[in-house]
Amino acid sequence: MSETAEQRANVVGPPPGGPAKRGDPLAVLRKTGGLFIRQREATIFVVAVLLLVYFSTKSSAFYGQSNVSNLLSGIAAPFIIIAIGEVLLLICGEIDLSVGFVVVFAPFLMHYLIDFYGVPVIPAILISLLLGLVVGWVNGFLTVTLGLPSFITTLGTGFILLGLTLTTSNAEPVNVPAAAQSIGKFFGSQNGGYAWSAIIWAVILVAIFHVVLTRTRWGLHTVAVGGNLLGARESGISVARIKYGSFMICGLMGAIVGLQTAFYDNTIDPSAGGYPAMFYGVTAAVIGGTAMLGGSGTIIGAFLGAIVLATLQDGFLITGVSANPLDIYIGGAILIAMIANVQLARRQAAGRG
Amino acid sequence: MTAEPAAAAGAQDGDVLRVEHVSKRFGAVTALTDVNLHLAKGEVLALLGDNGAGKSTLLKILCGFQPPDTGRIVLNGEEVTLKSVDHARELGIDAVYQDLALINQLSVYHNMYLNREKVRWPFLSNRVMRREAREHLEAMGVNIPSVDVQVARLSGGQRQAIAVARSVYSDAKILLLDEPLAAMGVKEAAMILDLVRDLKEHGQVSVIIIAHNYGQVLEVCDRVNLLQQGQITFDKKSSETSVVELTNLVVAEYRAALEARHRSA
Repeated sequence: MSETAEQRANVVGPPPGGPAKRGDPLAVLRKTGGLFIRQREATIFVVAVLLLVYFSTKSSAFYGQSNVSNLLSGIAAPFIIIAIGEVLLLICGEIDLSVGFVVVFAPFLMHYLIDFYGVPVIPAILISLLLGLVVGWVNGFLTVTLGLPSFITTLGTGFILLGLTLTTSNAEPVNVPAAAQSIGKFFGSQNGGYAWSAIIWAVILVAIFHVVLTRTRWGLHTVAVGGNLLGARESGISVARIKYGSFMICGLMGAIVGLQTAFYDNTIDPSAGGYPAMFYGVTAAVIGGTAMLGGSGTIIGAFLGAIVLATLQDGFLITGVSANPLDIYIGGAILIAMIANVQLARRQAAGRG
Repeated sequence: MTAEPAAAAGAQDGDVLRVEHVSKRFGAVTALTDVNLHLAKGEVLALLGDNGAGKSTLLKILCGFQPPDTGRIVLNGEEVTLKSVDHARELGIDAVYQDLALINQLSVYHNMYLNREKVRWPFLSNRVMRREAREHLEAMGVNIPSVDVQVARLSGGQRQAIAVARSVYSDAKILLLDEPLAAMGVKEAAMILDLVRDLKEHGQVSVIIIAHNYGQVLEVCDRVNLLQQGQITFDKKSSETSVVELTNLVVAEYRAALEARHRSA
């Protein structure tokens, strides 16, 4: 994927974009820059490492076990898991703004089912996860079948979910159902060995969806749909199936994060999740190299992007610096990443003869 | 009605494709009138005509995109009704459109196998696809840097070649090339024509090239049909005609139309 520049330079015959002449210093610079742009995961990995080193020199508490587990399980894991869903959607040319409100509603649904309707814990958890799939299906139906732009679809469904949550809960936080506690720690917990549950889930999901995206027909078709909708259709790819599927995966990720956050914080809070959860997911995806132009993106990149975001957030907190300028850095990171994305897309376009 | 009596006699049982008395109207507009066309196995037929002559209507009928109003399509001696593009593809008729339906972000070999991927469930058999794509492109004489390259990095001619190779590889027996030389440089066009020539030599694939650049197409095709105002007005072996003759025919049509307009005005 990334060594194509060199191969292109070796083409005999019609030169496609006019490969750089050797010895031209500007061209060399451009080539180096191009390599850097293409190695998105490596770049973001270096940034993550630099940040980790920086904060550990600033505070000895940074590498304490409780802080590391909090950084990974408490902060990074939700970003990572939501980013997985958003990466898949962004690749096929859509976005889900509602996922943060699935995060809010899913644990409430579990609470209602267990505490009000006497549903056993495991079915209650499964139904709450199913909620994510259902919301994803509705988003797919509105976007694909009825032809609404996904930005508007999910804006609407997001508000509806928030409204449902606030109405049914009276906007009050509640305790996690006692019966669910013993299973809940496998989702997330701040205590003992279970403090790693959330990040382990996140890593497992990253591994699964990285493989799905890069090694299966589904992943290939997702890229095809986002890269050339008409072409994908002409090739007989079921565009609707890919998009419905991606919305449903994203919804499911939201439900997982919702339950995880509830168990981790040991409370079900109507002010959890919401737009911040969704935007951090999208930010992680963008920083990790997913262009919002469709057709490209990586799960590993989003994972690293989430680690960078979480490190920034946690680092500011633990070093005792005011957290106020934090958003300036995040905003800057988004813009730099996006500039790189757009430049890459331009290069690709220019590479065509 | 074919102008040349020899052409009608040229239709034989060995033809892979015959179009018989096909007409198509769109409201008040007559797009095709009693079109007859035949294609032998391994033959390369150039379907020439100016803009609006009905070339793309005929193409769309042949690739199953739209049905004719009247007339028959005979495939290997059997009459067929092409229900859809997919159906036509199943029967071995595949069109390579100008937009090519390539995915820029994917590698050459993934494009070659798009939606027909080799899979060892649940995983893509990338190694197999890469190797076979390379072998196939080499056999077809398509010159690209590597099958791992993203299609976005290829030139127009290379992209066209990949699209053609993909159709041929997906067992297309009749290939419809829609303006394959449009917007193509000299070298690029030569590459595509070489590709068509190779197909002809192998003799497994029959090709209809739709074009309005007579000169280049005459180099590779066996026979030329000229479509004028929805009718095939000319059917000759390419060795028996010339660019001058074809150009004169089209210009004569234009002059006649112009005079008719003057007279009515």
